[in-house]
Amino acid sequence: MAANVALLGEAPFLILQLLLDGVMIGAIFAVAAYGMALVWGVMNVINVVQGELVMLGGFIAYQLTLWGVSPLWGIPVAAIVLYVIGTGLYYGVIRRVADRDMFISLLATFGLSILLQQLMNQIWGGDVRTAQSGLGTWFLLDYTVTVSQMKAAACGGAIAIGAVLILFLKKSRIGQAIRATAQNPRAARILGIDTNRVFAATYGINAALCGAAGALVVMAYSVHPYIGLPYTVRSFMIVIVAGLGNLPGVIVAGLGLGAAENFAGFILGVQYQVAFVFILLVVILVIRSSLLQRRRQFLK
Amino acid sequence: MTLRRQPLLMLGVAALGVALPLVVPDYRAQIAMLWALIIMAQTWDITGGQTGYNSFGNILFFGVGMYASVVVQRDVGLDYFPGLVLGMAVGAGIAAALAVLLGSMILRMRGHYFAIATLGLGIAAGEIAGGWDYVGAGSGLSPPLFPAPPATANLFFAYLFFGLAALVFAALALLYRTRFALALNAIRDNEDKAEAMGLHTNLYKITAWAVAAFFLGLVGGAMGNMLGFVDPRDTAFAGATFGVWMVLMAILGGKGTLWGPVLGATIFHITQELLWTHLLGWQRVALGVIIVGIVVFFPQGILGWARTRWPARHGTNERGSERA
Repeated sequence: MAANVALLGEAPFLILQLLLDGVMIGAIFAVAAYGMALVWGVMNVINVVQGELVMLGGFIAYQLTLWGVSPLWGIPVAAIVLYVIGTGLYYGVIRRVADRDMFISLLATFGLSILLQQLMNQIWGGDVRTAQSGLGTWFLLDYTVTVSQMKAAACGGAIAIGAVLILFLKKSRIGQAIRATAQNPRAARILGIDTNRVFAATYGINAALCGAAGALVVMAYSVHPYIGLPYTVRSFMIVIVAGLGNLPGVIVAGLGLGAAENFAGFILGVQYQVAFVFILLVVILVIRSSLLQRRRQFLK
Repeated sequence: MTLRRQPLLMLGVAALGVALPLVVPDYRAQIAMLWALIIMAQTWDITGGQTGYNSFGNILFFGVGMYASVVVQRDVGLDYFPGLVLGMAVGAGIAAALAVLLGSMILRMRGHYFAIATLGLGIAAGEIAGGWDYVGAGSGLSPPLFPAPPATANLFFAYLFFGLAALVFAALALLYRTRFALALNAIRDNEDKAEAMGLHTNLYKITAWAVAAFFLGLVGGAMGNMLGFVDPRDTAFAGATFGVWMVLMAILGGKGTLWGPVLGATIFHITQELLWTHLLGWQRVALGVIIVGIVVFFPQGILGWARTRWPARHGTNERGSERA
């Protein structure tokens, strides 16, 4: 461990490399986190199934490559399929738990995450899957720093998806309804907004967002039925660090988390990278809680 | 359950516990597992049902107990039974100490933040154990071999877990009659008011979690020996099986009641044993469906439902019934 830290000191380009890789995956984390913040803010549900939706999007893109379609098509296809699934999940499950105690919705979405995870395991098996995009690698700074073109493209794709979503929420009719409902559901209902449909649309849009992000993940990285939960936890962490409805905060926290995770993986060893994510979650919660404690407030 | 009939019921369950392993020797392992599941559901309910602090990570203490016990058995060099006793005791002690340490940090958080923090702890523990060479890393550990044929071993574990379940049940039955339990219920119903009444809510919450951790540590130590192997993610920190089951069983039976978790665990275990083998790999899909189904349609549990159905028999009125 100390040797790894020393290595970083001796070879500054490694720092640049880790930072670049981290920031590129961080953009994807930020997209998933933005979706979680949307659902959380609009319908007060912490969506534990978030990471599984990302994985499902990835598997759909992977399935397209099995059928001989370019995985790039996976981005819109996964988004559309996931929108349908997300709306279905809303009407089937989320609608019945959204207005109840938050633990109920937490447990219900946790159940959904087990369900989806196991379904994916049954359909696609327990192997790690990636979709080959056929893009190459850039070499920078005398071949000391490498940038996978696909990862860069995924980062760009994540930024584009985020931009489209923001534009959609600002300009479109349903986007405005979503924002109005987030601010005050009762007032929105009085003004004639069908909040039930708004909730369904919000959940569907979140799922579509996750699906598109998942298609990027399967091309630039890899998917596996059981690594959804780390994505959920990352989204959750980013949201509690940034706060609800704080877009710049989500971006900064997402990129920062990606970089931090990469450094931790390098210093502690890759086998502890997932452990780092979960420990970081607890540490962040404890720090936030103890800061609030001074003001006699609680995380709730 | 009315208070009047409780002693009779306990006697009946105790008689079953003694007789079952002898009457149906082929099912000894399943009987042992039933008692273990009952303990898991009951200990989860100490914080989940009675205090209103829903933990997703109590599996942490189970796994810590399991690992600590097997490491002690491996390194201390005692005979099997003294080693097992020492191992379970050490495991339970470490689990309880860990609950105090972690609880003092995260039990200040309310509601779902606590739930998610515990979820993080449970998974992190599995990941750390899976990378740590001292405890066998990804390939796990094997406890020492039971010094008798498997049938005898299963008889031993059926009685061991029955004894533990009786101990836990008795301890909780006594605990729930004390002022301590009233304080826990006050925290569940309104923590701010409980604190304003002068209760040191944090102290109560930490103690409650430590009690749960202690018993879970004991169960973990025994379970590692019964199963014969300790795997970081599939047996010890098995969030997707035992970890979720304990929450589910307590909710199914009825949160915040003494008998609810017992009932829930029994129904869950029997259903699982009857149906699971026919599902051929779809068991965990079914588990997800069951979780969603119970949470969405039946969150008050069997006893919670019975209480609203026949309030007079439970010494409560309609309004005194459990909140879902």
